[in-house]
Amino acid sequence: MAHSGSGYYSANSIPSSISQTGITMKYALLDYVRSRRFFIMLGITIMISLLLTAIVGYYQPATFVTSELAFYSSWWGSSVTFVIILSGIFFGGDAISGEFQNKTGYFSVPNPIKRSSIYIGKWLAAYIASMVILAVFTLVTVGNGMYYFGTVPYEFDVSFLFAAFYLAAVLGFTFFFSSLFKSSTISILVTAILFLFAFSLIQQLVSSLAQVEPWFILTYGAQIIGNVLTVPYPAHVITSNYGPITFTAYNVPILEGMAIIGAYFVATAILGLAIFERKEFN
Amino acid sequence: MPSIETANLTKKYGKLAALSDLDLKIEGTKCVGFLGPNGSGKTTTLKLLTDLIKPTKGEAMINGVSIRADKKKALESVGALIETPEIYPSLTPREALTMIAEIRGVPRSERGRQVDEAISEVRMEEWVDKRVGKFSKGMKQRICVASALLGDPSVILLDEPTSGLDPRGMSEVRDIIKALKGKDRLIFMSSHLLSEVSDVCDEVAMVDRGRLIVYDSIPNVTAKFSGGNNVVEVGLHRPADGDCTAHSIGALPDVVRVEKIDAFNLSVAFNGGLDVQERLLGELVRMGIGVVSYRAASSELEEVYLKLIKDTK
Ligand SMILES: Nc1ncnc2c1ncn2[C@@H]1O[C@H](COP(=O)(O)OP(=O)(O)OP(=O)(O)O)[C@@H](O)[C@H]1O
Ligand SMILES: [Mg+2]
Repeated sequence: MAHSGSGYYSANSIPSSISQTGITMKYALLDYVRSRRFFIMLGITIMISLLLTAIVGYYQPATFVTSELAFYSSWWGSSVTFVIILSGIFFGGDAISGEFQNKTGYFSVPNPIKRSSIYIGKWLAAYIASMVILAVFTLVTVGNGMYYFGTVPYEFDVSFLFAAFYLAAVLGFTFFFSSLFKSSTISILVTAILFLFAFSLIQQLVSSLAQVEPWFILTYGAQIIGNVLTVPYPAHVITSNYGPITFTAYNVPILEGMAIIGAYFVATAILGLAIFERKEFN
Repeated sequence: MPSIETANLTKKYGKLAALSDLDLKIEGTKCVGFLGPNGSGKTTTLKLLTDLIKPTKGEAMINGVSIRADKKKALESVGALIETPEIYPSLTPREALTMIAEIRGVPRSERGRQVDEAISEVRMEEWVDKRVGKFSKGMKQRICVASALLGDPSVILLDEPTSGLDPRGMSEVRDIIKALKGKDRLIFMSSHLLSEVSDVCDEVAMVDRGRLIVYDSIPNVTAKFSGGNNVVEVGLHRPADGDCTAHSIGALPDVVRVEKIDAFNLSVAFNGGLDVQERLLGELVRMGIGVVSYRAASSELEEVYLKLIKDTK
């Protein structure tokens, strides 16, 4: 081995925690984009995109082609959250639990690096990998929109930013859950069930039966992604009567939606980091 | 001087004390073997030294810095291989080792050379650009050994470094460890192979049921616990001429017993520690019997080990 001659303390100066976060991000990203999962996720996104392109091209459904906003609302508003949630599960579902179960943590943790640098570096890698997926879906959406209408409305830009913000919260959440469990399968399963079923179910129950605004549910906050494509913006509370029964539907206002997404992001980031900091490799 | 120090280091899992009040101070450039039966707390100690687990009580320090207080600083000059780590499967050995070199702050200009050298130390040149995912256990182990060498660490912690390696790999890793000793490193390694420990290590620490039994140099340990006798194996260049050689060796001060292993190898038992062992070597050389090798017999260590471990039961 190379010998610095210093003998005692290393001749190398250990990089700052920020640069070590960057180093972790770089190699975790390399691992992500080469993984089979990434290609499956890319495949699913391309499939959804092609299916939508074919259906809209062939049937020209009225909900899509009557107006520009209706087009983006039907195309993007109804599927982008699904793409985001799937990315979150694929890239975040076992991001931290895998470090324990697959023992990759034994390679990186016994080094002069803070655990938080590893956590944040991996999170950034997952965010970038998911953004690549989101970018593919966005490109196909915009491509079709340009074909039919020739322009991209300002509301779509806003919606895209909301989607990118939502992705951060979804990944924050899946990372938090993946740091709670030591088994990859369980952490993937739990996050998948929560996002694909539990959240929307609770949201429905709380709003229509209990008639309470589901302000504490992340997927409720994410409604701003689709709602911003509806002009004018839908009313906050809509009640409808079916005979003696009154149903109440809630539409999250923009600021409230951003607050919900932001709160989830901050809370899960703090909790996930705190858990990973204390968790033992056994 | 590089150092490893633990004070009252304790790790409990519920009622079970995996490690109890370990007080150990290792200082200097040498190789210390860490021995003990399965489940005695060796891996637990090494994990506590590398922040993989947190102590229930007590303190672990490397180069004078507490791991609990400042892990990043404490591990600044440490290379470690604990249990059998896995590497991100889509990375190649070159990428994985470059990542570790970057984390340890190896300057860009040196990174490539250090990684190449580490790879060639563990004879993995052929695989350096293949993805790790499909590697065998031993191949991964080799890469992990290589990762512990990056950045010229002054302290090297190894948990059964030769486990899972083929016989050639084992001897290659032993050679790497021996070479490191010559470069002012402090090496602390657990092992179940007593011959390996007596071959590469200068000192041993023995634990049983989470408690330290002994920490001393190998000759001192064997002298203290095997009825005062130490045994060295003497290799000769020429066949020993009958009983004559054995007799004259037997007549040297402190020598208790001389046995011929075969024509070229003698086993000499003596009374005393390293000082006697040193003087004996000089005397044997002066006798002109063609001494070409001289080393502590591993069987002695084994005897002591079995005795000590049984005693604590
Ligand atoms: N996560 C855990 N939960 C409960 N007990 C544990 C845990 N990890 C280790 N132990 C216990 O701690 C003790 C020491 O284990 P350790 O792994 O340190 O032994 P070891 O000396 O490395 O053994 P081996 O030679 O088999 O590698 C054992 O009794 C083990 O059962
Ligand atoms: Mg062990």
